[in-house]
Amino acid sequence: MTTLPSTKEKSEELTSSDHQHSDHRLFGLITFLVADGMTFAGFFAAYLTYKSVNPLLPDAIYELELPLPTLNTILLLVSSATFHKAGKSLEAANSKQCQRWLLITAGLGIAFLISQMVEYFTLPFGLTDNLYASTFYALTGFHGLHVTLGSIMILIVWWQARSPGGRITNVNNFPLEAAEIYWHFVDGIWVILFIILYLL
Amino acid sequence: MSISLPPANENTSNSLQPTGWLRFISFSLDHKVIGLQYLVCGFLFYLIGGVLAGAIRIELLSPISDFLARDVYNQVLTLHGTIMIFLWIVPVVNGAFGNYLIPFYVGARDMAFPRLNAVAFWMIPPAGLMLITSYFINGAAQSGWTAYPPLSITTPAAGQIVWIVSVLLLGGSSIFGGINFIATILKLRRPGLKLMQLPMYCWAMLGTSILVVLSTPVLAGTLILLSFDIVAHTGFFNPALGGNVIVYQHLFWFYSHPAVYIMVLPAFGLVSEILPVHCRKPLFGYTTMVYSIMGIVVLGLVVWAHHMFTSGTPPWMRLFFTIATSFIAVPTGIKFFNWVATLWGGRISLNSAILFSCGFIVNFVLGGITGVALAQVPFDIHVHDTYFVVAHFHYIVYGGSVFVIFSSIYHWYPKFTGKMLDEKLGIIHFALTFIGFNLCFAPQHWLGLNGMPRRVAEYDPQFTLVNQISSVGALLMAISTLPFLWNILYSFIKGEKAGNNPWQALTPEWLTTSPPPVENWPGEAPLVTKPYGYGANHSNENNPPITQA
Repeated sequence: MTTLPSTKEKSEELTSSDHQHSDHRLFGLITFLVADGMTFAGFFAAYLTYKSVNPLLPDAIYELELPLPTLNTILLLVSSATFHKAGKSLEAANSKQCQRWLLITAGLGIAFLISQMVEYFTLPFGLTDNLYASTFYALTGFHGLHVTLGSIMILIVWWQARSPGGRITNVNNFPLEAAEIYWHFVDGIWVILFIILYLL
Repeated sequence: MSISLPPANENTSNSLQPTGWLRFISFSLDHKVIGLQYLVCGFLFYLIGGVLAGAIRIELLSPISDFLARDVYNQVLTLHGTIMIFLWIVPVVNGAFGNYLIPFYVGARDMAFPRLNAVAFWMIPPAGLMLITSYFINGAAQSGWTAYPPLSITTPAAGQIVWIVSVLLLGGSSIFGGINFIATILKLRRPGLKLMQLPMYCWAMLGTSILVVLSTPVLAGTLILLSFDIVAHTGFFNPALGGNVIVYQHLFWFYSHPAVYIMVLPAFGLVSEILPVHCRKPLFGYTTMVYSIMGIVVLGLVVWAHHMFTSGTPPWMRLFFTIATSFIAVPTGIKFFNWVATLWGGRISLNSAILFSCGFIVNFVLGGITGVALAQVPFDIHVHDTYFVVAHFHYIVYGGSVFVIFSSIYHWYPKFTGKMLDEKLGIIHFALTFIGFNLCFAPQHWLGLNGMPRRVAEYDPQFTLVNQISSVGALLMAISTLPFLWNILYSFIKGEKAGNNPWQALTPEWLTTSPPPVENWPGEAPLVTKPYGYGANHSNENNPPITQA
């Protein structure tokens, strides 16, 4: 992304031009997440409408177990905390510790994906069995795609946060910050999804 | 996620960009190049969509299906709608003029995210080409631009899937553009420039981009579910498998009603820029214009079910959506009266730009009135899915948005190229377009009221004469394109030199050379706090309208 000469005047108010710079990108990222959240909102609205007007057909099977998704919720919530820790470590210029926390976060994300797979394989219904089965897989699958992308992002950030040689430092921390915001967003969506799909 | 480069590198990356005409077919990061890429690309698709419209009108010359086979008619109809909406009007009123003008208006050197901007543009040509080639390979989609299931599930799958993929690409492009506009308008404003001093087009683009960011993702999600229904045989929208078609309609219109505002709000903004310049008066009611735009944005998000009054919508929903839709007439009416008041008593130079803008005002008020009529449930049920709806819609998107696109081309061509367009040809173009458009679409109100259904290749013989009149109008519209094409090509080569500011306009894009240099202004960006300060020397104010910072 290009720094615009005209923004230099603005940046006088701020301490460094880097700060000014990342400001736009964070703003852009958050706008994008609003858009992404609207996709989920559309899916949730569809699911809730189905629930109120389209009863499950008599011979259809649609049953969910709670233990595994509860574990998944815990995995993601803990991973949000560990990511936050990674950010704090980077701020303190401790890249070793930052990398360690990032690796734990990515591990938790991947554990979530594996656990989700296990759930998929043990469920008594498939994608096309009935409306609720389809909606279940579409929603969790779309969320799983987000977790997959997020985990890849975390691994990239982890690699770039190495010291020496990495491009992410406590001065240039935007990639970590962006991945962190994205990750919190994906976790937040999961909590809503968990409540709507499993608890309601 | 991109890693930021130190500023020094970025300047060199800018100079690595190709120069000359090659810029226009390159991955250029210059907002002006991207804007013109959007404009030219959109216009080429407009010509294709126009040929398809011609095929439809030829078919409808006679009540039987003789010129096009029935399934071909359906494909042509679907392609016409999709191309005109997603490849012509949306990219041009937003992408083309937005990219060209918004950085000038906020006093910036470029958009907030130039690379994202180029990516957003380059998603469009492949999507468009894919859509058009699907016609020659396995047949294009046949279910209209709405792609309602179960029709879209039962018609041939190949064309429908290509349609979905290309609309997803175009939607993605639109979302990236929207993010860029919001960031540019809110974050890149030059110091000293307040929000309420921005030219009206900035407000229109801010409102439009909010709609894009909130509603387009819902369409994307819906189309992904629809593609599952087609490819994987899930039953989201398939009643035979326990699904619900109404859910599709709700999700679809949650995007596609705001889409009408995505097409017409930027046009409102452009007209608000053009009128004051050519009638030498300040824009009337700036503040009310801003609030009207934001009012339309909010209301535009909660009126979608007025497209579904005949879809078994419960009475409370009909009531709510009728009232909400009728309310939209208030902010829209305010804007209409503001434009008329801007013209009132002005020194109007009757050139092509203002003629097209005035044509817009006339057509748009007609389309607006039928819109209020359609919001009323009893009337809507009577004319639902008839040519009345076709007429209403074209009065908004052609009589509204396309007229404004032409007006804007006449207004900004001197800035784009440094050459003036020929006024005589422009006036011929306007006369042919205005007469042709009204001849083509006004009779369709009558057709609809008398019950001629839309989207069908065959019709009751009693409608033959009126359909033929409508087709003559379409022919005039087709002919009207010729003087325009000749004008833009000839003037580009041999046109009169325009100078930097042929209209003596006050908005910032005119305070630089024509065409502008790469970073917009040779020196610092000017601080324009009164973009509509025309006739200021007649008032008591001693402040000059332009303050150079």
